[in-house]
Amino acid sequence: MSTEAASQAHVVDVDGLSVSGGDATPLVRDISFRLAPGERLALIGESGSGKSLTSFALTGLLPAGLTSSGSVLLDGVQVVGARERDLVPLRGRIASTVFQEPLTALDPLMRLGAQVAEPLRRHLGLRGGSLRRAVIDALVEVGLPEPERIARAYSWEISGGQRQRVAIAAALACRPRLLIADEPTTALDVTVQAEVLALLERLVAERGMALLFVSHDLAVVSRMAQRALVLRAGRIVEEGPIAQLLTAPRDRYTAELVRSARELDAALEVS
Amino acid sequence: MTPILELRDAGFRYRRAATPALEGVSFAVEEGRSLGLVGESGAGKTTILSLLLGLERPTSGAVLFDGKPLEPRDRAQVRTFRRSVQPVFQDPYSSLDPRQSIGRIVGEPLASLGITAGADARARVAAALEAVALPADAAHRYPHEFSGGQRQRIAIARAIVSRPRVLLADEPVSALDVTTRIQIIDLLAELATAEGMTVVMVSHDLSVVASLCARTVVLQGGRLVEQGDTREVLGAPRDPYTRRLLAAVPRLPA
Repeated sequence: MSTEAASQAHVVDVDGLSVSGGDATPLVRDISFRLAPGERLALIGESGSGKSLTSFALTGLLPAGLTSSGSVLLDGVQVVGARERDLVPLRGRIASTVFQEPLTALDPLMRLGAQVAEPLRRHLGLRGGSLRRAVIDALVEVGLPEPERIARAYSWEISGGQRQRVAIAAALACRPRLLIADEPTTALDVTVQAEVLALLERLVAERGMALLFVSHDLAVVSRMAQRALVLRAGRIVEEGPIAQLLTAPRDRYTAELVRSARELDAALEVS
Repeated sequence: MTPILELRDAGFRYRRAATPALEGVSFAVEEGRSLGLVGESGAGKTTILSLLLGLERPTSGAVLFDGKPLEPRDRAQVRTFRRSVQPVFQDPYSSLDPRQSIGRIVGEPLASLGITAGADARARVAAALEAVALPADAAHRYPHEFSGGQRQRIAIARAIVSRPRVLLADEPVSALDVTTRIQIIDLLAELATAEGMTVVMVSHDLSVVASLCARTVVLQGGRLVEQGDTREVLGAPRDPYTRRLLAAVPRLPA
């Protein structure tokens, strides 16, 4: 198998990724991982660990002033150092991101249907009736009731859980091969969180997508992924199957994280 | 024993709102029995807190303090009330004035409630900082020099400096990382015992309430659906909504 074919087998191949802002110490240091279709990996860390910056760097969406180095191959295309116009065709079609706060991800001045239509128009060239049908299909697929009404509504007219479903519909409309979910349920009520996690689980399984699930919540992570990287202060401190991280953490920080999560979890065993 | 705080058939409707934010809610806060108010968005948790803090008056029913209706025009009662009930807010980044030293922030209730001043106030501030396990020199520093968990300790020190009987905490650990969260929960539990304080806490997180509170009140859409000992409410929930809430909490595999 040629080198190119080997990298093609992975949807994303990250090698020695660092993110820094000028001459200060890097915010993310020497991160490496690969994901094949259908694989589900979690990025675990607390505030300031660099987990969100890592996920932004995968699609070249770093905040202004920050630059990445190393290598990120997205479906074989180098993202690090790439021109913005070479990245646009990848976003939404190869990799899509669902963010923590759907209110900031959705434009309050644009009808929701138009926002789901945008990637379908850009990447798949859909127009007219076929575009309208594809938008409704995308809204139906994320379990939204009355998709016609939602398509005509604005983001502030629907609930937080419905907004996150619309954001997921827009992210997945063009059937990307990698879904990056960055704390996708942290801003939601617990009963709504359960529904959205079930939705993500179903879509990722049905479509055989790769999933990068970014979260601080070990209980959520253990449901959504098989393997995890634990980040602290921009570095990977431990990686492995989640079952192993939970039962036999090797790193001191991972152990502390697991101990805290277990203590809170045990508090619920009240009967 | 007369409860310290009580909501009696309390209702509240925001001006021009179509539906009430709170309807017919009754529960009592008894001395030494920490109480957790749980529910999702729109449950009425924040509205209840503003009633218990005396920031809003119920549009129906009553709020009782030591068995007497809270009366904003009764200045003697308001004074006693303010000394007795102190708040801690969710976000330790926005609840501390960045231009004031920690000493001033923590000592503020002593000055505004006219409790004490001068050397005595400084000693009380030092004792409060010690109680929340912050170094004594913290008094001369400023909020930006502290992490989120340390800032929440500062907010708690400010709340306990007047030796209140009740600490009203609004999601006190939601903005914190899980490792810090445990430390603050432990701190609140210690203070409740050491200072003889009753904690009343609003939280969307059942595990936090289960860790800290003897009693639990479950709210949904402005109504109380279930209340009782935490052991019973969370261990053997009777109301279908409480059961749904519990079932939705993500759990760690054994």
